[in-house]
Order: sequence, then C-alpha cells, then structure tokens
Amino acid sequence: MNRTYLSYNNIISSLGFDSKTVVENVHNEVSGLKLIENSQALPEPFYSALIDSKKLNEAFKKLQPKEDYTRLEKMMITSLNEVVKTSNIEINDRVGLIISTTKGNIDALDDNNPFPKERAYLSELGNNIKEFFGFKNEAIIVSNACVSGILSVAIAKRYIQQNMYDHVFIVSGDVVTEFILSGFNSFQALSNEPCKPYDKNRSGINIGEVAASVLVTNSSNLSKEAVEILGESSCNDANHISGPSRTGEGLYKSMIAALTQANMTARDIDYISAHGTATMFNDEMEAIAINRLELQDVPLNSLKGYFGHTLGASGLLETIVGMHSLNNNTLYASKGFKKLGVSKPINVIKKTTSKELNTFLKTASGFGGCNTAIIFKKSNQTKNHV
Amino acid sequence: MNSKYNISSYIHIKNNQVSLNGSVIFIEEHSIFTNFIKAAYKAQNTKYPKFFKMDNLSKLAFLAADILLKKQNLNVENNNNIALVFSNKASSLDTDISHQKAIQHKDNYFPSPAVFVYTLPNICLGEISIKYKLYTENSFFIFEHFNAEHLIANSNSLLDTNKAESVLCGWVELEGENYEAFLYLVSKEGTLEHNKQNIITLYNT
Repeated sequence: MNRTYLSYNNIISSLGFDSKTVVENVHNEVSGLKLIENSQALPEPFYSALIDSKKLNEAFKKLQPKEDYTRLEKMMITSLNEVVKTSNIEINDRVGLIISTTKGNIDALDDNNPFPKERAYLSELGNNIKEFFGFKNEAIIVSNACVSGILSVAIAKRYIQQNMYDHVFIVSGDVVTEFILSGFNSFQALSNEPCKPYDKNRSGINIGEVAASVLVTNSSNLSKEAVEILGESSCNDANHISGPSRTGEGLYKSMIAALTQANMTARDIDYISAHGTATMFNDEMEAIAINRLELQDVPLNSLKGYFGHTLGASGLLETIVGMHSLNNNTLYASKGFKKLGVSKPINVIKKTTSKELNTFLKTASGFGGCNTAIIFKKSNQTKNHV
Repeated sequence: MNSKYNISSYIHIKNNQVSLNGSVIFIEEHSIFTNFIKAAYKAQNTKYPKFFKMDNLSKLAFLAADILLKKQNLNVENNNNIALVFSNKASSLDTDISHQKAIQHKDNYFPSPAVFVYTLPNICLGEISIKYKLYTENSFFIFEHFNAEHLIANSNSLLDTNKAESVLCGWVELEGENYEAFLYLVSKEGTLEHNKQNIITLYNT
C-alpha cells in the first residue's frame, strides 16, 4: 500500500501565524492564555488564548479577498493559503479538501452577528473555503466533536489509500464564541485560572482558538518536518455521551488498533502528544488507558496550557507541534503541570528537553464517547529504512 | 469494477413513514416530528428510557439504527464490530438554535448542559454505540447533499483494512420539521452490490 505522509503545515494562533514561530514559543514555554474580561461572551472573566484580530485582518487582507469573510473563514483561509503556497501542488481533481470543525460559523446564529444565519451551515463554510482556492472537489467536512482535527488526518489517509486522491489538504478551526463558553460553563467545566493538565490542582479547561492546516500526501516531495502515518484508529467508548469511560475503553481500543496497524508495540513509541484537557475525568481516563497499554513511561504532554482547548482544531494543532517536536528532537514541557494528580503513573514532561525522537502517538477524546489515536514516524527515518 | 461488499439491509424514515428494506412498517399521517418519532418508537416496543432525553436528531438516528440493527439478531455482549459512518447537511443546527435561544438575551439566560451536549452531530453515534455496545470506528461528515461516493470511500476503507466487519452508513438530516434518515448496512453478507448506483437507487426509493 502507498505510504502516506503529513507534510507542509501552518498554525494561526495566539502564539504566532506560522508553525515555526508557534513552536519556538512553545519551546520557550510561552503561553497564549490570558485573562479575558468580556461580559458579552461570559458574565465572569475567563482564561482564553485568542488570535489578535488586527493581525489576522492584516494577514488576510494581503490575500486580496473579494468578499466578506467571517473571522473563522479568515483564520482558515490564511492558514490554508500558507500550506497551498509552500507545497506548490497543482489543485486538480486528485486533490481533496477536508475541513474539520466542531461548530464552524456558529456565531452567525447570534442576532447581533452581521452575517446571515445561513452562514452557520457547515456546508457554506466548506464552499467558501473551496471557492477561495478553486478546489475541484467538494469540501469534506468532519465534525466529530473534539477528535475532529486528528480524525481528519486518519480520514485523509483513508482517501489516499482508497486511491481517490493523491493529496488532501486539511484545515481545522474553531473560534471562541459565547455559544461555546456558555455551554462549557453550564457543565461547570471552565477553569478560572490557566489550565493544569494532569496536575493535582487542575481545575478544568480553558477554551482557545486556532486554525491549523496540513498537507497529507503520497508524494515523496516533503517538508523537512514531514512524518509518515503508520497506524490510526477511532473507537467509541459506548459508555456516556458527555463523560469519558472510567476504564478508558475507547481510547485503549483506539491505541491498540493504531499500534496493530503500525505493526508496533508500546516500546516503539518515543513520545505521546495526549489530549489533557485538565478536567478531572478526562485526565484520569487517559492515565488509565495509557497504563492499560503499558505506555506509562513514555514522555507525554498536553499542549492545552499553551493554546487552551481549541476544540475541532486541537488534534491537528497538536499533531503539527508533534511533527516539529520530532524534527527538533525536543520534548516540550507540559505547561501548567507540577505534581501528578491522576491515580495511575504517567510520565508528564516537566521541562523542555532535547532527546532523539523518531515516533509519536497522538490521541484525543471527545463528547459522544469518541476517541482517536494515530502513530507517526519521522519521514527521513522512513527513507533510511527503505 | 465489482465491489467486494454488499448492502444487506436498509431503512428510511421520512414523510411520516418508516420503511425497512423497501416495505413500509410504520405510518403516522398528519403528525409533527416529535409526535411521529415518539409513536414510531412506541410501535417498535423498544424499552429504552434514554430515548426521551435525546434531541430530535439523535432520536431520528437512534430509531433508524435501532430498527435496522434489531433485525440483525446481534448478541450485544459479542463485541460486534459494526462501524458507524453518518452524514448530513444541517449538522446539529436544530439543537444549536435551542442553545442560542437560551443565551441570546441576558435577562433570560438559561444555558443547560442537557441541551448543549447535543450541539454536536456525532452525539447520535454515541447514543447508538451505547445501546449496541459498539466500541467501534465512528465518524460524522457534513455534505451539502447526500453523497454516496464519500460514504463508499469511507466504508470500503474501514472494511478493506479490517477495522470493521460491517459498516452502518448513511444520512440523518433534521432541521425543524424537515427530517430524513436513510441508513444501510455494508458487509460481505447480502446480495445487493455495494456501489454508487445501487446506493443512490436505494436512497431515492
């Protein structure tokens, strides 16, 4: 079967508008989380990592848009443009487009939003992105809660291996809105301080926003931080729609299936880019699933302490940082973590350190009981083995 | 190209009717969706109180899946490897609008977790997975129209890579009084070939 790679990539975020700058900030343990006072969005102040609107508008204007675009569309187009440009791939009928998002332009439902309510249809978002770049194929929109971003990578690989496409561009994004904040707040899931994944004193999540893009391809013309997709799986907990399984069943099954497909064992994993939302139940569930697979000694981080939980984009954002982590042979500190606060041992990265890295496992979990796990390997190492 | 897989059964819920493999099994004329789906559920004699907590999209998707899967005589303790690949146009917009109403006016502000959790289209996959203990692959797609080609690519991939033994696949759309569910089961069983033409023909039945 064809090899499938993740290659050119971009992140538009509070920590910068290109992957390199963003990863440098993560390296220096700079967080994008700030206390926001916006009573329109939420009655009480909250922590979030927001994209600077002025900077976004300036970057977007350079692309000479001919119509009005929403904030999310601006983020997504600016991000994807960078990947389309640097990959230099001709957009023809063998090129697919996947958009992953949980809520898309949901802010268009607000009476005070200048855009028509129809803009909230995800297919409209898909069409707007498709038309901007002149993609030949209809946008495939993946909306599978908080695994959307990472599940898109698995789905892109499936399209390439089914020989429907040679290349798939993925753009993931969600914006911080009153809709989302009020919902998570009604679950009492929001933290009133910067989030602390896996920590003893963790107190819930922060919601953040990013747009992230990547090229998934069967071409061997790759960017230097490219990785090969070795195994992927996405299994349901079959347990509860708004809480994770106590045994981590779906995550455990996803990780096993990904390892099996990659023909690897737990010992072959150099680093885990975990989900780590900093809620009590999620982090505990992950620790249980990780121990069931004897992955507890593998260095692990959650990047939520840098970006907050960026919902449908988080899985792709964190995968891109993982690609750079491998390329830079560096394990990045899990920001906000001090003392282990889950019932099973896990090896949370306390300090950014240099280490030879060849493989990583990315995981995510979300509402509806969904879980996804994907194993990646440095592509330059793959070449040496051929 | 001949497909290795077949469609072994299918279900429609639309226009106040439920039909299984092309035969109408339930009809309730002149009824709004909430009444219709409740009556259809009761006619099935499925004792599952969680049904009443679901939002309308989940009720529609759950009932369609439940009627179809019930006929498969599954032992739910058997780790049935049935993947779910669902799609629609309106995502969870029907419930999104309810949540938006609850937050639109600060003097009448009542966001609720019981509503908010359903502001994701894939929640209906969770509901079906819980009932049938499906610890399996599941994904939710949004397309402008029913898109057989993409459903085929995703189901074939799951079957080819042995990630699933069968795939419950289709379209579950709900927006106000507009609703339509069309699900079909793909596996090596059955006689109707799993191809674009057959899927479109069944969809338009």
